[in-house]
Amino acid sequence: MRVYLDNNATTKVDPVVFEEMKPYFVEKYGNPNSLHQFASEVHPALKTAMQKIYAGINAPKEDSVVITSCATESNNWVLKSIYFSEILTGKKNHIIISEVEHPSVIATAMWIESMGCKVTYLPINSEGLIEAEDVRKAITDKTALVSVMWANNETGAIFPVAEIGDICAEHGVLFHTDAVQAIGKTPVSVQAINVDYLTFSAHKFHGPKGVGALYIKKGRELLPLFHGGSQMGGYRSGTLNVPGIVGMGKAIEQAVDALDFEMPEVREMRDDFEDALLEIPDTFVVTPRNKRTPNTILISFRGIEGESMLWDLNNAGIAASTGSACASEDLEANSVMEAIGADDDLAHTAIRFSLSRYTTQEELDYTLDVVKKAVERLRGISSTYSYAPEGHVNGLEAHH
Amino acid sequence: MGMDSLIGGTIWDEYSQKVTDLMNNPKNMGEITEEQAKEMGAQLIVADFGAESCGDAVRLYWAVDPKTDKILESKFKSFGCGTAIASSDTMAELCKGKTVDEAVKITNIDVEKAMRDEPDTPAVPPQKMHCSVMAYDVIKKAAAQYKGVDMESFEEEIIVCECARVSLSTLKEVIRLNDLTTVEQITDYTKAGAFCKSCIKPGGHEEKDIYLVDLLDEYEKEKMAKAADASASGSDAAFKDMTIVQKIKAVDKVVDDNIRQMLIMDGGDMEILDIKENGENIDIYIRYLGACSGCASSSTGTLFAIENILKEKLDPNIRVLPI
Repeated sequence: MRVYLDNNATTKVDPVVFEEMKPYFVEKYGNPNSLHQFASEVHPALKTAMQKIYAGINAPKEDSVVITSCATESNNWVLKSIYFSEILTGKKNHIIISEVEHPSVIATAMWIESMGCKVTYLPINSEGLIEAEDVRKAITDKTALVSVMWANNETGAIFPVAEIGDICAEHGVLFHTDAVQAIGKTPVSVQAINVDYLTFSAHKFHGPKGVGALYIKKGRELLPLFHGGSQMGGYRSGTLNVPGIVGMGKAIEQAVDALDFEMPEVREMRDDFEDALLEIPDTFVVTPRNKRTPNTILISFRGIEGESMLWDLNNAGIAASTGSACASEDLEANSVMEAIGADDDLAHTAIRFSLSRYTTQEELDYTLDVVKKAVERLRGISSTYSYAPEGHVNGLEAHH
Repeated sequence: MGMDSLIGGTIWDEYSQKVTDLMNNPKNMGEITEEQAKEMGAQLIVADFGAESCGDAVRLYWAVDPKTDKILESKFKSFGCGTAIASSDTMAELCKGKTVDEAVKITNIDVEKAMRDEPDTPAVPPQKMHCSVMAYDVIKKAAAQYKGVDMESFEEEIIVCECARVSLSTLKEVIRLNDLTTVEQITDYTKAGAFCKSCIKPGGHEEKDIYLVDLLDEYEKEKMAKAADASASGSDAAFKDMTIVQKIKAVDKVVDDNIRQMLIMDGGDMEILDIKENGENIDIYIRYLGACSGCASSSTGTLFAIENILKEKLDPNIRVLPI
């Protein structure tokens, strides 16, 4: 049996979405900006897709939703553009991000920091949440931008973007949110909150890879990151990814529909699965369920290094994830577990299970079974979760 | 870069079959109890190394025959990733039948080599080399316990890169002999810094007493001190060997002391733009300021005077080029 529980990394393309995309590879392959039938015949589908994408985040027509190649591009675009137009010109000198942003935000912020911009990295609290008041405290009259994600990829924690948006609006500071992990998991409306820029990506909600988007509020125009043939109204040059846009349109429509139907089921399955996992002794979950996206569990198994758990899961055909030392190439502990800072011993023990609307009860039952066996085997091997002979002081010395 | 580095891969694909098998079924995993050790007429040694918060921890059990110092049985437990478990298992295996003194000589490289499928193909990817280091450290800890001595007493010299086991003295020698200036060069020459990268600079997986960047700094400072000494002694060779900053300072001083006054009297001045080595010659690029900039003599008499003073004071190969 193969079970995919790594849906926060990427998702499978919904077969309905794939069907919608198919004609735009071999039959209708025209460049939409050319002047002939091959071009014009793709326009209706593009228009419909754009309408669906706008509807997916409840964006009014006068605002812009610019199609990009991925969320990384969208995030880079916002930060670098603000750097060029606000920081480099000397108007402002400061931006604020959270310390658990996606690397495409953190690495970009660090880059502009190296160019002389001040950057505040907001901490998360013991529940893995950002506190809106911390944003208020960090804002100065030289702050150009606040960038805080809508939902965290590791824990699923939903950050108080509405309050943060209000605080930014109050201080006249631009607000960007990376909503990659929010679309299709929690309602996202750019009219319900104060937000100037919002990033999302199709492959996180059963759309194709290679299609992202950036919502730009009217009057908050950005300098383009890509110069060229002035596609996307000059905002983002490059031949339009027609099948990708069509796929994203269908995928976001399906994902938003699923909020009312499949997502409550996913939440229920997730909760039951989590309850069962927590019955295993010495297991810990950080963020309370009602403050998380409905599909995500980040759980620590004391005494078991994350990659070892992934190894046993993978041997049984189960895909999950960890940000812990050994699985990632940078040898760092899980960033969120570290940021919470509650218990160092747990930093390398976190495993993330992320469900989707395709996850079945049978798959979760099987996974639970495998997890229990893996816990037994790996705690048997573990030197930190085991018997020590009488008189032996468990004096683990740090070798670092 | 190149094709192989562009799309990356899963590190698990780089594990040898032996590593995979040992992770799935470690042979020497487990404990030795006091009773079991007694039955063998052996002394039980239990040594811990590492910590959960670092991501790796290992416990080594030895039953040692006190008469012969031979390790009769060797077992391990480990909190760590697949390679940490496989390395610990291999380490425990290698200890068996050896005397404590022999076991201390087992290195992480021995452990890694024992896990290879093919003699020339590494058993684990570079960033996993540090996992085998812990296996090596815990042996020393166990041996120290058995002998009742300090763990450090087994270390003959300071190791800077533990993954490749490169010592401080080797690194210093190689840097000096080859006039190395970058970490990449050190890695090319010694393999130090090629694996977990902790030894390159602070902020890596492990905290170190000394990093490769420190050694480069040290060498750079040494070179500068040498150049400064030489320039203080005023020899011709010294100017050539100075750093660019020192050269500019030296030229500036000569200009201030011997030339500027002469130019200012005529309502002019000059500035130094750049200094470049051009084969044998050292070209000093200058710009005239004030009255000098339009003066006919600035490209003839005045120029020769400036050049001659600099040649005399600093280096006969100096040429002065006004721009």
